[in-house]
Amino acid sequence: MSLVKVDDLRVAFGATPVVRGVSFEIGAGECLALVGESGSGKSVTARTLVGLTGEGAQVSAAGLAFDGQDLTRLRERGWRRLRGARIGFVLQDALVSLDPLRKVGKEIEEVLTAHTALSGSERKARVTELLAAAGVPEPGLRAGQLPHELSGGLRQRALIATALAADPELVIADEPTTALDVTIQAQVLDLLAGIKAQGRSLLVISHDLAVVARLADRVAVMKDGVIVEQGPTGRVLGQPAHHYTRRLLRAIPAEHTKGTRLSETGPRPVPAAPRRAAGDVVVRAEGVGKSFGGRPAVQDVSFTLRAAETLGIVGESGSGKTTTARIALGLTAADTGTVEVHGRPWTRKDRALRRDVQIVYQDPLAAFDPRYTVAKVLAEALAVAGVPRGRRRERAVELLELVGLGAEHLARRPLRLSGGQRQRVAIARALAPEPSVIVCDEPVSALDVSVQAQVLDLLEDVQRETGVAYLFISHDLGVVHHLCDRVLVMKDGRVVEEGPVGTVFREPAHPYTKELVAAVPRLAAA
Amino acid sequence: MTTLRFIGWRLLAGAGVLWGAATLTFLVVHFTPGDPAEAVVGGEGAAPTPEVLAQVRAEYGLDLPWYQQYAAHLWRIVRGDFGTSYRLHTPVTQAIGEQAAATVELALAGAATGLTLAVAVALATARRRRWLRGLASAAELVAASTPTFWLGIVLLTVFSFGLRLFPATGGQGPASLVLPALCLALPIAGVLGHVLRESLEEVLDEPFIVSARARGLGDAAVRVRHALRHAMTPLVTMTGYWVGALLGGAVVTETLFTRQGIGRLLVSAVNAKDLPVVLGVVLLSALVYVVVNLVVDLLYLAIDPRLKEAA
Amino acid sequence: MKRAGVYAAAAVLAVLVLAALAPELFTAQDPLAVDSGGTLRPPSAGHPLGTDENGRDVLARIVHGTRTSLLLGFGAVAVALVFGGLLGLAAGLGNRLVEGVVMRLSDVGMAFPELLLALVVITVAGGGTSNAVLAIGVAGIPNYARLVRAQTLAIRRSGYVEAAHALGLSAPRVILRHVLPNAVKPVLVLATVGVGTALVAGSALSFLGLGTPPPEPEWGSMLSTARNFISRAWWYGVFPGAAITLTVISVTVVGRALRLRSEGRAW
Repeated sequence: MSLVKVDDLRVAFGATPVVRGVSFEIGAGECLALVGESGSGKSVTARTLVGLTGEGAQVSAAGLAFDGQDLTRLRERGWRRLRGARIGFVLQDALVSLDPLRKVGKEIEEVLTAHTALSGSERKARVTELLAAAGVPEPGLRAGQLPHELSGGLRQRALIATALAADPELVIADEPTTALDVTIQAQVLDLLAGIKAQGRSLLVISHDLAVVARLADRVAVMKDGVIVEQGPTGRVLGQPAHHYTRRLLRAIPAEHTKGTRLSETGPRPVPAAPRRAAGDVVVRAEGVGKSFGGRPAVQDVSFTLRAAETLGIVGESGSGKTTTARIALGLTAADTGTVEVHGRPWTRKDRALRRDVQIVYQDPLAAFDPRYTVAKVLAEALAVAGVPRGRRRERAVELLELVGLGAEHLARRPLRLSGGQRQRVAIARALAPEPSVIVCDEPVSALDVSVQAQVLDLLEDVQRETGVAYLFISHDLGVVHHLCDRVLVMKDGRVVEEGPVGTVFREPAHPYTKELVAAVPRLAAA
Repeated sequence: MTTLRFIGWRLLAGAGVLWGAATLTFLVVHFTPGDPAEAVVGGEGAAPTPEVLAQVRAEYGLDLPWYQQYAAHLWRIVRGDFGTSYRLHTPVTQAIGEQAAATVELALAGAATGLTLAVAVALATARRRRWLRGLASAAELVAASTPTFWLGIVLLTVFSFGLRLFPATGGQGPASLVLPALCLALPIAGVLGHVLRESLEEVLDEPFIVSARARGLGDAAVRVRHALRHAMTPLVTMTGYWVGALLGGAVVTETLFTRQGIGRLLVSAVNAKDLPVVLGVVLLSALVYVVVNLVVDLLYLAIDPRLKEAA
Repeated sequence: MKRAGVYAAAAVLAVLVLAALAPELFTAQDPLAVDSGGTLRPPSAGHPLGTDENGRDVLARIVHGTRTSLLLGFGAVAVALVFGGLLGLAAGLGNRLVEGVVMRLSDVGMAFPELLLALVVITVAGGGTSNAVLAIGVAGIPNYARLVRAQTLAIRRSGYVEAAHALGLSAPRVILRHVLPNAVKPVLVLATVGVGTALVAGSALSFLGLGTPPPEPEWGSMLSTARNFISRAWWYGVFPGAAITLTVISVTVVGRALRLRSEGRAW
């Protein structure tokens, strides 16, 4: 018999339907993954299972049952007997999902106080046990610490311990690994697999098919509030029946997608003559170092970047990727070493040089003046580039067309554009001064996988057409493998390995690179 | 260690502010038109002889160069000597000291009432039904927009002269404290309630609150145990507002209810151009601000231990 | 906040501004006309809001007092905004020395409650409407200096300013094109809410007998006299204060709505 049974679940906020008839079951000891992009309704569905859909939500269902109990008739008191006790809930990002002002031990104890008759000292002992079981070393010490005193991985483990405290039959994990570095993500996935091995049922919500592949027995793919396809993991990922699933799978950048298109847009015809000859060195960094307040952020970093080439920089948070990028851009001055653009060293005043190196940020919205329309954003960039006033509009439209937008977007404000469109405008702006290098700082990290696919394809098109070089910063090895020619692997401010992307990822030499590559979740493992 | 260093820095900053305040009072005295010596003797009407004026100038050091006067001014303040009232002819510290108890009583009663009201209303209405929130929001707006002096007049009209529940003037036991304290408290409750409710509604949307609910916690426990502590921080940082609202409110309230207190002392001093008393009260308020600020900073560290590292 | 409420508040403000500019449109009575035979009369057809201790029409005095009261609120904020704004800009755009000096000065200024600082100015400069405007304005300077500095710094550190630098725009151009225009709006919006506070502070000075002197009509000074007649003439104490409260509420509602809109949130 199924532990969870959902039949034709519908959720609307006001007049906006978010979930439009979703049905699924989760058997005892089974793991179901709900996969979808933002706005697909997957998180709302998960929250509805614990009665926390949110304020102003109208929920209806032909059937909504947990262990035979009808949830549609449940009042608040009844929900509270389920929450924590029989259904554990792990929200994404423990940094914000654990009360930052309470010790993690207290958070776990809270569940025990609510759902068990244990005495104070028994609860304390149980907290330590639970933390130890979640793989937290020195659990006694950690229980007395605040969330910010724990590393990201330990924090996520502690959060999972709160969900397991009252020994629930079902654990719901909403994007449990999204904010984590790839090596820690792998550890947390192992922990979740362990929970399943204990015989508990698991509902995992994720935007990442690869994460789900190694955990789930069955996968349900959601789009616009509907499950478009569900079935055994191997079948859905191996022989997807629905075209959306196929599109989603094909959009995931990885080793094997190199040189192919990720989105459904066709490649543009390559112009007869690329603007710059491939092979010329455009940026050369030599022994670059930078400290902030005495703490070295980057040490002895050297690289060369050639025209029409993409150089990736990968590393986990705090590895010095972004500082390296800012130094290459001339926005941060290096303490030691030199950066040359076209053989000329960076100086603050050299604005001609500045125009030659442009940037695309992770969060495009923050990078636009909120008062400006797209036309004004581009006109400003073109003015700096010395394009005469009368030609700017025409050039702006050309740029927009180059990034797959059109003149109809000129009058819009970035706030009114979608995330993918904003990033296209950011790329158009970066192209306006006809630079030889664009620094891309996590340009697709905030985007859904299908939009990411379009932007990555666009970057390739633009490079082919203009011969621009990219310095591409990313934490996502798949993206880097797909797009980059060569890669630098950074750890603790140093370059630990460098080389052609295929060689580095296929035959990593440095132990850290090996660890990084091994941790990447792969669809092939399914 | 970091906490100690933090306190050390804060003390230094507080001392700097007080030094600035003392300097400001010196500048005010120095640049006020008119002869301070005449003011000491008793204003323009007193018509003192040039000899008397010269004697007063020598006695008060008014004939010395400005930097010596400045040094003497600072030294007197450090020793707790705020000068002599032109009007009362008693030391300013004595004049203030005699009135302090009544004002402290009023301010504490007002602050406690205001805070209690604000917390109660905010906890009860944040993220509740629309009409309830609208009602609370409207009440806060009206309370925060009502000037203390008019509120006092309305309270007197209704409760003293209409219903004859409370006395109209102060200093006659606990019953006479009710209306002034309420008069002081309501605008404060309006402002604090608004801030607290907005902050509470923001906190109640945080993922850790959803997490706590998902653990099976009841609504009251979520609000009191998790949300309130987070929501309180903006209140704590509004030191300037607190001190200003209580002292400024005391000036008006004491005048309106003819209560004893520093506020009334101040108003009569301003009317009589009794500069030493005015500046004495101002210096005292700066001292109160600095001390309260220091306490608040420590309180803040206690509420949010994450700041220890930041400090 | 409900849309209707915001529109109602804006309408009240429009009426108030009209009353300040052309009080004759709202009352035919002379606010200074004494009638020794009709003192402290309750509201009637001839005197809708009653009369005061000199038999003057309370409604006429409230209407004619609008100009002074609005002047207190808007004038004081203008003073604070201009001087505080310049200091804040200097601190936000200048070097560390300028910033340090301005910020330490404002630290000292913040240590004084605004009403007390205003009282110091009055003690030195004397009472009267224009001095009250000046006093409240001066007392508000440190606050606005901080606000403008914080706003300027936040914008200087924002992504779009960095993007403009990366594009190769010169520093003065970035300040002129991006920093200043983006700093002005939120500060003006916050100043709107500040008008209410300044109006209350200004009428408090009048209430204490230190602002606008009688017989000139002003809401705070009317209340100052009215408190002597609370037991006999409730209308005299209630209506001028209601005018203040209504004005402050309207200003606050409009100010909050503007703030929400400038932050891109719904009303």
